[in-house]
Amino acid sequence: MLYINCPHCGMRSQNEFSYGGDASVKRPKLNKEVSDQEWDNFVYNRKSLRGKHLELWQHISGCRQWIKVERDTATHEIFRTFKADEEVA
Amino acid sequence: MTQAFRIENEGLINRDKKLSFKFNGKTYFGYEGDTLASALLANGVHLVGRSFKYHRPRGFFGAGVDEPYAVVQLYRNGETEPNIKATEQELFEGLEAKSVNCWPSVNFDIGAINNFLKIFLPAGFYYKTFMWPKSFWYRIYEPFIRKAAGLGVASTKHDKERYEHKYEYCDLLIAGSGPSGLAGAYAAAKNGAKVILAEDKPRFGGSLLTSDVNIGNQSGKDWAEGIIAELKTMPNVVVKNRSQIFGYYDHNMLVMSEKVSDHLPSTKKYHPNKRLWYIRAKEVLISSGSIERPIVFGNNDTPGVMLSSAAKEYLKVYGVLVGRKPLVFTNNDSGYETAIEFKKHGVDPVVLDSRKNPESEIIDEAKNLGINIKNSYVVVAAQGYKKVKSADIASISEDKKQLGKIENIKCDCICVSGFWTPTIHLASQSGNKTKFKEEIDAFVPGQSKQNEITLGAANGVFSLEETLKTSFTAGSKLSKNITENNNEIAIPNVVEKKSSQHDKFWCVPLPKGKNYKRFLDFQNDVAVSDVEIALREGYRSIEHVKRYTTLGMATDQGKTSNLNGLQLVSEIENKIVPAVGHTTFRPPYTPISIGAIVGREVGKNSKPTRKSPMHSWHEKNNAIFVDAGVWLRPRYYKRGNENLFEGSKREAKNVRTNVGVCDVTTLGKIDIKGPDAAELLNRVYTNAWLKLPVGKARYGVMLREDGIVMDDGTTTRISENHYHMTTTTAQAANVLSHLEYYLQIVWPELNVNVVSTTEQWAGAAIAGPKSRDLLQKLFPNSDVSNEGLPFMGYMEGDLFGVKARIFRISFSGELAYEVNVESDYGNFMWEKIMEVGKEFNIQPYGTEALSTLRIEMGHVAGSELDGRTIPYDNALEGLVSKKKDFIGKRSLQRSAFTAEDRQRVVGVVPLDKKTSIPEGSHLVKDDKAALPNPKLGHISASCWSVEYDNPFSLAILKDGKNMIGQKLFAMSPLKNKVIPVEIVSSHYVDPKGERVRS
Repeated sequence: MLYINCPHCGMRSQNEFSYGGDASVKRPKLNKEVSDQEWDNFVYNRKSLRGKHLELWQHISGCRQWIKVERDTATHEIFRTFKADEEVA
Repeated sequence: MTQAFRIENEGLINRDKKLSFKFNGKTYFGYEGDTLASALLANGVHLVGRSFKYHRPRGFFGAGVDEPYAVVQLYRNGETEPNIKATEQELFEGLEAKSVNCWPSVNFDIGAINNFLKIFLPAGFYYKTFMWPKSFWYRIYEPFIRKAAGLGVASTKHDKERYEHKYEYCDLLIAGSGPSGLAGAYAAAKNGAKVILAEDKPRFGGSLLTSDVNIGNQSGKDWAEGIIAELKTMPNVVVKNRSQIFGYYDHNMLVMSEKVSDHLPSTKKYHPNKRLWYIRAKEVLISSGSIERPIVFGNNDTPGVMLSSAAKEYLKVYGVLVGRKPLVFTNNDSGYETAIEFKKHGVDPVVLDSRKNPESEIIDEAKNLGINIKNSYVVVAAQGYKKVKSADIASISEDKKQLGKIENIKCDCICVSGFWTPTIHLASQSGNKTKFKEEIDAFVPGQSKQNEITLGAANGVFSLEETLKTSFTAGSKLSKNITENNNEIAIPNVVEKKSSQHDKFWCVPLPKGKNYKRFLDFQNDVAVSDVEIALREGYRSIEHVKRYTTLGMATDQGKTSNLNGLQLVSEIENKIVPAVGHTTFRPPYTPISIGAIVGREVGKNSKPTRKSPMHSWHEKNNAIFVDAGVWLRPRYYKRGNENLFEGSKREAKNVRTNVGVCDVTTLGKIDIKGPDAAELLNRVYTNAWLKLPVGKARYGVMLREDGIVMDDGTTTRISENHYHMTTTTAQAANVLSHLEYYLQIVWPELNVNVVSTTEQWAGAAIAGPKSRDLLQKLFPNSDVSNEGLPFMGYMEGDLFGVKARIFRISFSGELAYEVNVESDYGNFMWEKIMEVGKEFNIQPYGTEALSTLRIEMGHVAGSELDGRTIPYDNALEGLVSKKKDFIGKRSLQRSAFTAEDRQRVVGVVPLDKKTSIPEGSHLVKDDKAALPNPKLGHISASCWSVEYDNPFSLAILKDGKNMIGQKLFAMSPLKNKVIPVEIVSSHYVDPKGERVRS
């Protein structure tokens, strides 16, 4: 079970969180014309990387905040975590 | 019965407490502190089971977790448990156990005929034989194999025992309380670290309990006792025996199973049977020791053949002789230690050493005691069927290929030592890539992967002095990094006898003309010849060899067999062992009771049960409940002998004619506040929200980004920046998360707060033509007329002194209202509604009537919004704004979603107006068409229309728009029904929706 550093609450076990997918996906702006390809990329197409991956988790049984977690998908190593509005350098 | 093999003045058992127990129906005696194995051996019982494949007699091979043979069925306090190792099960008064895998009895087992047929049962036999004909598998082969296979029978009764889960955090977790574990724990504890020390056996000390060593001028055993006693007094230390750390998971989480009650005749009141610990450790010290490995020779599975370390443990810990004429067969000095212990207790062993001229302090001691030692000698085969009677022995050439003349010597047990295999399971589970250590012919942990360190015998270090030194140092260092204390610990003096190099010899060649079975894996009857077949047939990967031959599988997971298997493969393949590699070590290390894993989440505790504030009223009024997610909701209120059909029909009818009340507390409720609340709703829902006035409710549909309907419900504008959203019962949690996602991640610029208020409000839906009259009496000071409170209107009211929210919304298609009060007043509200409603013939109605009412009105719900439908499919396209953007809008342009013949909700009526259509039935054009009959749609919901008194269903039908009036067939192969039906409008009752506005 992963051990995740919630930037709001501290170290918490994975069973307090729910997974929210790739954090690098950006929703197209409202009312913007988007091509089929662009929209499909947003809704469906994911890279499914092996290695370092920035992903979203929600601390659903804790502070309910969505956070960003930088995790290695092969080793499960967690490098850094960020608040939702924090810039990832 | 006398305990004929028990000796005086030795062992750690409590001879003051005699215990009686039964094995295979016969009563025996043992002592407190015995295991079932040691007690049986004390009584001279060696035959405990039959092997898996050939049903050969089985005895005891080890003395602990590595035991491959002595698996029994245990009976305790009216319960039975299979797969119990007799070598681990502690004796208690009244214990009962039986042999497994034998019929009719362990002494006379019909399955043993397989032993004489064994030429027909080589590796892969099942795979090759049971392949065809295919149809035989389910009917003949599988039932036959199931009957023949298995080690014991699981109880089908409810388990009365209780199991607990516990979460714990510590600085240093130590797996194993041998010399390494004790030293590491002591040093870390002295530095103030929070330490957990786990030992799987009842007694702490590991090898110190049986080895002849001296630490700090005490015997190893006394030193261990002293350390444990001191650790137990320290507040920062948790010391646990009978506790097996069986899994090493991500981020330094380990799981431990503590046997709280297995050693007692019955579990104490309020105690669990087992406790599963989830431990998050900053550092882990793996001091799991090593397991002796056997040397392979003919008939080496005969009862009486056992590990030499086990023989020593039975003697030193339990005061039991495993034989009176022991033969010790060894390739290293450990065998001598066992021989010396025998000799000290007046038994004359014979030692066969495969080495030519070994010299060491231990061997000198054996010689001085006058023990008969034969160098360059091996056991060729054990003789005897149910017990060793003698051994065929021979000298062996230096290259270990040629046997000398075979002699037969009498013996009653053969104690084997083929050197030691480090227990590297936990390190390997943590991700550590193991490496092969040439000097000990075994794998040891390599580079640490997580925060783990492996020390002592588990790391291939067999010198006590070095083990203590490295473990004290590691304990100090690891704890110093955490606590920043640095308390010096003096490492005690160690006196141990030096041993000499072992011999890499592991398998005795077959003598000419003999075809003895030489077993590698004792639990699964895998012999040398089986692995040879697998390799001949082309299996190369060790993982494939394992699965084809079953080497290293089953409950012992090859703890005594894996390495010899690798040796054999490496010899045949002419590869070095590390090139062959080992199979993957996976948790659990040893079988763990399913009960412990499940914990207390059984029966009604397997999920939470949520009840509305009116639950007790429902109970008192004969409600029959139904699970709605985790909620319990009344399905109908039973009157007399009514069944569900009659009761729900009565309730629905009463709503259509008088007035009914339904508990709608379970609906999800979300409070939305902030200046941008309207903007959020406008983006989340498909319809327009910016112009909803204060005091008005609106129905809305929300989509996922892929265009599929996520949920529906009404949202009410309570005040300028305050909205009250309702969701379906099932989607409440997901909708909240969905809103939080968009507010926190996608549109953080929106100034809105959302919070769940599902539990804060109790809700009652009042529906029916007389609902307004009732409402007026409930709220005499409010104007609830059609003008004062129009359809989709909202107001606050005073319910006999309680503040209430009144919504004019309808799910039933009737004139209807929803009243919400704070949850604590829910029951008060309900009782008032029932009391005042009496004169209007009010009846409560449950979810079944609720469904009936919505289905015949054509209102879609969960069975239509099933995660596969878009607004059009549900006839909700009128709610999809063309002007504004919203979540999922772009997806609605996908070609499949805009197809001319897109599926759509329709009504379905059976032609005979009598036959109810099972939900899930498929709609087809031709009921006689060849299979697979093309499916046009499916029945999503069915009811008995109370308006027309005939069955009515909703369906999602391809090209539903153009199918009205068509005749189709509803087919339910599961219920074996074919029903001719007509497609009608989904709005079966009041298609213009006049009643809700009346």
